[in-house]
Amino acid sequence: MALLEVENLKVEFPTRRGVLTAVDNVSFSVEQGEILGVVGESGAGKSMTGAAVIGLLEPPGRIGGGQIRLDGKRIDNLSPDEMRRIRGRHIGAVFQDPLTSLNPLFTVGEQLVETIRTHLPMSAAEARKRAIEWLAEVGIPAPDMRIDQYPHQFSGGMRQRVVIALALCAEPRLIIADEPTTALDVSVQAQIIGLLKRICRERNAAAILVTHDMGVIAETADRVAVMYAGRLAEIGPVARVLQNPSHPYTAGLMGSIPRVGPRPDRLIQIEGSMPRLTDIPGGCAFNPRCPKAFAQCHRVRPELRPVADGAAACLLYDGVTQ
Amino acid sequence: MSDTSFTGRLRSFADSDLFYSFRRSRTTVVAAVALTLLFVGAVFAPLIAPHNPFDIANLNLLDSELPPSWLEGGNPAYWLGTDTQARDVLSSILYGLRISLFVGFASVILAAVLGVFLGLLGGFVGGIVDAVIMRVADVLLSFPAILVALLINGVMRGILPANQHESAAILVLVLAIGLTNWVQYARTVRGSTLVERQREYVQAARTIGVGRLRIMLTHILPNVLGPVLVIGTINLGMAVLTEATLSFLGVGMPATQPSLGTLIRVGNEYLFSGIWWVVIFPSATLAVLVLAVNLIGDWLRDALNPKLR
Amino acid sequence: MTDAPNATAGAPLLQVKGLKKHFAMSKPFLNRLLEGGETQTVKAVDGLDLEIPRGKTLSLVGESGCGKSTVARLIMGLSNPTGGRIVFDGTDISRAPAGQPAAIRRRMQMIFQDPYASLNPRWRVGDIIAEPLRTYGLCETREAERREVDRLLEFVGLNAKDGDKFPHEFSGGQRQRISIARAISTKPEFLVCDEPTSALDVSVQAQILNLMREMQRELGLTYLFISHDLAVVNFMSDWIGVMYLGRLVEVSPAAELFANPRHPYTRLLLDTIPDLDMSKRDRQPVAGEVPNPINPPTGCHFHPRCPLANDRCRREAPALRVYDGDARASCHAAEEGRDATAIAAQVPVARPHQAAV
Repeated sequence: MALLEVENLKVEFPTRRGVLTAVDNVSFSVEQGEILGVVGESGAGKSMTGAAVIGLLEPPGRIGGGQIRLDGKRIDNLSPDEMRRIRGRHIGAVFQDPLTSLNPLFTVGEQLVETIRTHLPMSAAEARKRAIEWLAEVGIPAPDMRIDQYPHQFSGGMRQRVVIALALCAEPRLIIADEPTTALDVSVQAQIIGLLKRICRERNAAAILVTHDMGVIAETADRVAVMYAGRLAEIGPVARVLQNPSHPYTAGLMGSIPRVGPRPDRLIQIEGSMPRLTDIPGGCAFNPRCPKAFAQCHRVRPELRPVADGAAACLLYDGVTQ
Repeated sequence: MSDTSFTGRLRSFADSDLFYSFRRSRTTVVAAVALTLLFVGAVFAPLIAPHNPFDIANLNLLDSELPPSWLEGGNPAYWLGTDTQARDVLSSILYGLRISLFVGFASVILAAVLGVFLGLLGGFVGGIVDAVIMRVADVLLSFPAILVALLINGVMRGILPANQHESAAILVLVLAIGLTNWVQYARTVRGSTLVERQREYVQAARTIGVGRLRIMLTHILPNVLGPVLVIGTINLGMAVLTEATLSFLGVGMPATQPSLGTLIRVGNEYLFSGIWWVVIFPSATLAVLVLAVNLIGDWLRDALNPKLR
Repeated sequence: MTDAPNATAGAPLLQVKGLKKHFAMSKPFLNRLLEGGETQTVKAVDGLDLEIPRGKTLSLVGESGCGKSTVARLIMGLSNPTGGRIVFDGTDISRAPAGQPAAIRRRMQMIFQDPYASLNPRWRVGDIIAEPLRTYGLCETREAERREVDRLLEFVGLNAKDGDKFPHEFSGGQRQRISIARAISTKPEFLVCDEPTSALDVSVQAQILNLMREMQRELGLTYLFISHDLAVVNFMSDWIGVMYLGRLVEVSPAAELFANPRHPYTRLLLDTIPDLDMSKRDRQPVAGEVPNPINPPTGCHFHPRCPLANDRCRREAPALRVYDGDARASCHAAEEGRDATAIAAQVPVARPHQAAV
């Protein structure tokens, strides 16, 4: 059984103009110890998906349908108290901005110890020792001295390491990381994703890595889910999806990324832009921009069908006559 | 989406989030209705008021000190009763409202124009100009508003010859209150100006070669006016109250051109001699006016706050 | 293209010599008097030399605190240099504030990073694009102005009717197109682009980069392109300059930089380019982060993070020297020939670009 199962997840926003669907019928699973990348452009719904799993959807957003199961037990319908117990102990989180993820008024040690003692039975002294070990683990030099420092005394990359320690110190089996490296310099990005990958492997922790950066996915993830306009376009092993994508959107995305090497005259570009939530086209959401669209694409919304070693939601694989 | 005709604009306003939030808040709608009634009454006072209380020739002293019409001894011609000099209370209120509202609006407009200009100047130019403006503002803020208004009032009276005091009273009041209240506008606008000045559209204008004054007026000003409307609305209530206080203290509108505050002062002397209606009705009107303005100001502030949406 | 005065074939359009920008970061005077403390300066730009040939693109890359955005602002006149010279087409504009003198500044325009902040939210798009036309009096009548605005909108891939709308009705990519339309309205020769696609999604970035390359071909533009993304810079540039803590550590023709990086920092940056072709090479990320610009390391700023640092590197700041292939780098190790092993261990980067669809 997979560690996390998300089935037909729907996230909605009631507005005075009607209900907007930010995540529409998304299903995937995450195995123990696996890193799943969720990639998409702005507005694709990837952050919402991560937020729904960890139960941190901002109202008026709400889960409008589907199920989320951790170890076979449903977690989408828990009370806030129950969800709070799950967070930290079973699911950890790393967010984009290390500056706002840490409380500026408490030392790093106090925050670590608080998290450890909330979820694990330990004395204060033991928790402090564990916290120092964690700081060393995430690569902070002189951890026994830095444990008593405040967040503002750390640099950006160091802070993000502390955040990773905070996410993992209660020993959860799943981490949700939402754009963990976007706010950092490129040289630090490489260090942080290396750290995340190593720690997850060592502890056999699974991770859902939400990002818009294909490069981060290529370096870190085992499988990748590509989202478009709130829907899942394609999912599969990272190497295959990136080099031989099944869905035309993924292909367009990979083509438009500039590479190192002899420079082409033009980058491959997808015309137009992702539709707003209020204006999603009928049928396949990508059809107005798709170079391979045919008549049925305007009418029929494709289901996720197995393709090669993954799945794609595209009528090309539906057996529908073109 | 951008239909710029009048009906088009009206329709897009009716459809807007602002109007929607207005309709949904019942207190605000009631307050708006009340305010509109008071406003209409004040503007059309000469047409609506059953009597002209300042036309001495028409006063019938036999009609003085009549109670409101629904009480024993009342006269339906004088709906809310009359005062010691046979002036109809209702008419006095309507004319008084006129003056209160005029002083209120005029002083708010004066304060807003002065405050926005000084705030914009200080924020954009910076340096010693900004320092001077802000120190003056700080000094003004450390005194209670009434004291400052009294001070300005006293100075103006000192300047003007005695026979002009009464006719200039309304102008003096507007100046006194306006020159006291500009500080809040200035501070808010200065803060917003400091922020907007760093933004890239201002830098883009500089690279294009647009002159500094033009940038200040055409680029920054439209973007800092937002909070000014909210401050102005809440300020209106305060301005009306300040005028009423000054008139109550005897240094505002004279009895020959009474505002609501003057009416309250004059009527106060007779409160315990039994003719309560002379002070209660003007007080109630003043209270309703200020309450309605404050409620609308509160709603506007929340409705226009992007973070609460 | 306008016939520029002083133009000699081969003379660079923009030249920068010894450009310096220092910011005073001391505590207020009273504090220094009472607490004792020194005057501190941040040397945001510390002696920069650049040349951009006409019709070509020079890119500046670097991480936070390297000073590349400051260079852009200095060149455009948004900030005054503390030292050095900026020469545009033979004319010294070092002291000229933005917009002055009009005859020169009209030929230089800028595109900004944030598509949401670079357009005045209260102005209609048509007015935003027309503002430079009005400032320089380039159109005689309102109709001529309107026609020109429509033409510019269509040129950047938008609709003439979009001129009546407000910026918030457009997406990030469309807003950058509006910024571009505004920038080219005065028919400039030189465009400074400060991270124009960093805030955009990858598919939108491709559209904007394609548009900019096309514009360069059609209008003969010269670009100074600022970015932190080496892959983007590879697509756009003829020359690439790498900056670290206010200094130019390497500047080379693009192909040469990727094939033969001379400076260890350049190699570090190249190493961070994600491996989208999944060749699974073994990456060892270099430790450390960019240090605080207020107290930079002595000598060569990069020495704490450099695998080739020696004593000389700690004491003496290296000078920019020319190497084969017209590459220039400021590195003692390169000068002394100590970097041979480092080059051998470096990743082969010249891979053929595959069309994906």
